[in-house]
Amino acid sequence: MKKIYVKEEYCMGCRLCEIHCLVAHSKSKKIIKAYKEEFPRVLPRLIVEEKGPISFALQCRHCEEAPCIEACLTGAMGRDKKSGAVTCDEDRCVGCWMCIMVCPFGVILRDEREKKVATKCDLCPDEDIPVCVAKCPNEALVYEEE
Amino acid sequence: MRKSRNYLIVGNSVAAIAAIEAIREVDKTVPITVISQEPYRAYSRSLVSHFLEGKVTIEKVFYRKKDFYQRNKVQTILGKRVIAIKPKEKKIVLEDRKRIPYTKLLLTCGSKPILPSVKGIEKKDVFTFTTWDEVKRLAKTIKKAKSAVVIGGGMIGLKAAEGLKSLGLKVTIVEQAFQILPAILDKDGSKIIHRHLKEKGIRLIINDTVLEIRGKGKKVERVILGKSGEVDCDLVVVAIGVTPNLDLVKGTALKAKRGVLVDRFMQTSVKEVYAAGDVVEAYDFLYGRKRPIPVWPLAFQQGRVAGSNMAGKRMEYRGGLILNSIEVFGLPIITAGLSAEEKGYEILTKSDPKKKVYKKIVLRKGQIIGAILVGDIDRAGIIVGLIKDRLDVTNFKDEILEENFGYIYVPKEFRAKMVLPLEVR
Amino acid sequence: MRMSLLAPEFRVIRDEEKCIQCEVCVRQCAFEVHSYDLEEGKVASDDSRCVGCHRCATLCPTQALTIIRYPQEFRRNANWPEQVIKDIFKQSETGGVLLSGMGSDKDYPIYWDHLLLDASQVTNPSIDPLREPMELRTFLGRKPDRLKIETKKGKPRLKTEIAPQLKVEVPILFSAMSYGAISYNVSLALAQAARTMNTFCNTGEGGLHRDLYRFGGNTIVQVASGRFGVHPDYLNAAAAIEIKIGQGAKPGIGGHLPGEKVSQSISETRMIPEGTDALSPAPHHDIYSIEDLSQLIYALKEATCYKKPIMVKIAAVHNSSAIASGMVRAGADIIALDGFRGGTGAAPTRIRDNVGIPIELALAAVDSRLRAEGIRNQASIIAGGGIRNSSDVVKAIALGADAVYIGTAALIAVGCHMCQKCYTGKCNWGIATQDPYLVKRINPDIATERLVNLLRAWSLEIKEMLGGMGINAIESLRGNRLRLRGIDLTETELKLLEVKPAGESL
Repeated sequence: MKKIYVKEEYCMGCRLCEIHCLVAHSKSKKIIKAYKEEFPRVLPRLIVEEKGPISFALQCRHCEEAPCIEACLTGAMGRDKKSGAVTCDEDRCVGCWMCIMVCPFGVILRDEREKKVATKCDLCPDEDIPVCVAKCPNEALVYEEE
Repeated sequence: MRKSRNYLIVGNSVAAIAAIEAIREVDKTVPITVISQEPYRAYSRSLVSHFLEGKVTIEKVFYRKKDFYQRNKVQTILGKRVIAIKPKEKKIVLEDRKRIPYTKLLLTCGSKPILPSVKGIEKKDVFTFTTWDEVKRLAKTIKKAKSAVVIGGGMIGLKAAEGLKSLGLKVTIVEQAFQILPAILDKDGSKIIHRHLKEKGIRLIINDTVLEIRGKGKKVERVILGKSGEVDCDLVVVAIGVTPNLDLVKGTALKAKRGVLVDRFMQTSVKEVYAAGDVVEAYDFLYGRKRPIPVWPLAFQQGRVAGSNMAGKRMEYRGGLILNSIEVFGLPIITAGLSAEEKGYEILTKSDPKKKVYKKIVLRKGQIIGAILVGDIDRAGIIVGLIKDRLDVTNFKDEILEENFGYIYVPKEFRAKMVLPLEVR
Repeated sequence: MRMSLLAPEFRVIRDEEKCIQCEVCVRQCAFEVHSYDLEEGKVASDDSRCVGCHRCATLCPTQALTIIRYPQEFRRNANWPEQVIKDIFKQSETGGVLLSGMGSDKDYPIYWDHLLLDASQVTNPSIDPLREPMELRTFLGRKPDRLKIETKKGKPRLKTEIAPQLKVEVPILFSAMSYGAISYNVSLALAQAARTMNTFCNTGEGGLHRDLYRFGGNTIVQVASGRFGVHPDYLNAAAAIEIKIGQGAKPGIGGHLPGEKVSQSISETRMIPEGTDALSPAPHHDIYSIEDLSQLIYALKEATCYKKPIMVKIAAVHNSSAIASGMVRAGADIIALDGFRGGTGAAPTRIRDNVGIPIELALAAVDSRLRAEGIRNQASIIAGGGIRNSSDVVKAIALGADAVYIGTAALIAVGCHMCQKCYTGKCNWGIATQDPYLVKRINPDIATERLVNLLRAWSLEIKEMLGGMGINAIESLRGNRLRLRGIDLTETELKLLEVKPAGESL
């Protein structure tokens, strides 16, 4: 399946991926509205890590043997049969954080705005290319076959 | 003529479901029968406390969608107890004496609550907190109750206390050890929880035991403690731990110690009989030996391994470690591995009691073997991953408990395999 | 700190309606113009630090930022304009030499803009390059005085031995930019683009990074007064060797790479100790005459078995034509002329803005002189230092160049916004920096594509212009000044350029 990979030597830590991820998952999908009018703000579903000059964006790896699916108490974490993506059914999720405990990349986030749910990269199912990849100004994120 | 095949699965929780899914990935046709004494389709045991509190609807307590068995062509015999297994005859016996033959058998009988030998334990208003039926029964009693005593300050005890409290009961926890969660937390970590429980209105009695449960007839009116006198209550929840349910295994050829012994393919000492989940003693790679670890993710993994091997696709269980994630009145706690250990190991901690944050890692020869995270659990999985991968963390151990710790600290050669595009790898 | 009298150069205008406080600008500015105020929960900007590079405005996801010239006005004074006053403020505060990056920004005449191209009408009809072949291929190097053909077994055969040549498919080369002045990623992009377009890049005096040896076939290596990174493998890896005598941006002085920029990798490439200033002397200490130059040329030819053309590069100065004549006679196969608008990573501002002459005049003079002396065929001419677009290229070739060098234009293609702060090492575009945090901003794949696009676009335009003149091979235009006309030029200028004024027919 196609996955998002990072060329960390070209990631410049601008965090535009994070910003556009948030916008893509907001109600209006409009950047200024998403930031200025929609509260509480949705979370970006990726994490930009920085250490000295090194930085990269990290999002769900959609593992073949996904520990989060194994650990999920509710069956909320599952695999989309068509795309192969690991997805979290936020309606079923009860926020037990088992997935957070086992995700070796630490890319599942706690969304505690309303009911507690785990939130994560969904590979932007409505887009051809996930927005973080499409909006990376330096093509440090690529979307390609494994 | 080809001998007809059929797989029997005793038990219907996560290990059974994972096994079914694994079998069906390999073999779409072999008949599978699931037998469970509980009359429900598979549900999440941990969610029953959420159900008690009314946080989730009935439909969400179920672990898989309604059509799971149908889609996977699984026959179910629910609400019937298996009373014996006959490995020599390759048959099991149901409570109605009906015998069902199998070609391969998977035991996922789970665990059962440990009941202390205390006078009055048999009373009607004494509950365990592990099955849906018990919780449903508890829910009815609560309507008339004003106060409760929870015996045991472990994971289940805390969840029970939280559930009862949220329904308006006065709750007292009685814990034999000097602290709450004695198996997985250390002293400093538990202190934060003690304070948190107190703030939430829970009475906590440590270093004490219940000697007797008293009340008129079948009713519960108070418990008598060893040191702290009496506590009035209308009901008691017993949650001092669970033990592998070996009822079916006793007296058979299946070898068992505390749990059913399995090899790394989850096969028991008897050919064609597999076991997975809380009922087994599987390999704990941190202890370097087999022992029961009654946690959900391992039950899933074991069930999956068992199912796959039953269906003929070789799969190995790589061993597990104890892992717990629990939220106590909104305070998240994650522990992994030898988290309560202190002596003889390198210990790194970071705490901010005001914010109710406590973090600790236990190191052995440069490798993390245990971790406690209280309050700040984000990205805990990276640490658990480091434990599993046995990575030497000497070079960045001081960063691990920092707030901005992340995957970027994992050595590049290691992380490159996972996150870099092929051409770069 | 004592108060500075200098007003900011730019003003940062933040549209608060649009700003989402995402801090992209904060993270992108190495000059620390933007900062996030935790208490206010807002991003604020410090105009005084802004260099006008537009990195923040370009990356801002809501286009909330506009950078304008700082509107502060001095009293109008023709003798003491703003820049003059500011320079004095700066020097009286620092006591130092004023430094600048890139080429001179002074308002000197640009002769390209006073030259017009011809087009065919009725007779000698124009050619449509989309329908007919059009050749831009150019061979750079020494051409024989005459060709001798012999016949063997009835077949004609070239008897004259041809000196080594550089073959380019487009008469545009990337001029010398050293690894050190620019980042590794930009060096790589230039090399990749040169290979794709069948042309050449030039190492400058920075040596050739080990990983770029694979591009040797498309690389010209420089031997400059500091001799940085020069060794036999370096010379033999290249397609040609360029002796750098001078540079248009700073004629008469040597290069200077501050020690802070001399990283481990640069130190290895330049063969100098890490962290030491890389100072190249003003002159080559072994060249005091044309004869000395000849010795170095032949030493390099010996070192490379006469297989590679040897180039000599000089800044365009008053006596360029006489010097060029000497260079050709000394054995140079290609001479490179660098006009005073040429760029640089760092130059003393006064030198950059006041020394040298425009490339157009120098090129015309050199070409005329070599022709007059009958030695034009002995060397090719590459003109650089102020080539901005394809029409400049065409005009340069009509004035007598065989090909051109582009430096500034190439950097602009990969993102340079001409803020002239190369010498600070804080290039926000990741070009003129070695800061590991900033160099990542150039993804060589993107940069290569942009460079290739630029050369492709210019080639197409050059073909259009050639077609319009009824020419189907660029060599037919070389030195053909009859296809040029001057506009708004004095008689002296026309004479120097040897170009007729617009309106005058043959």
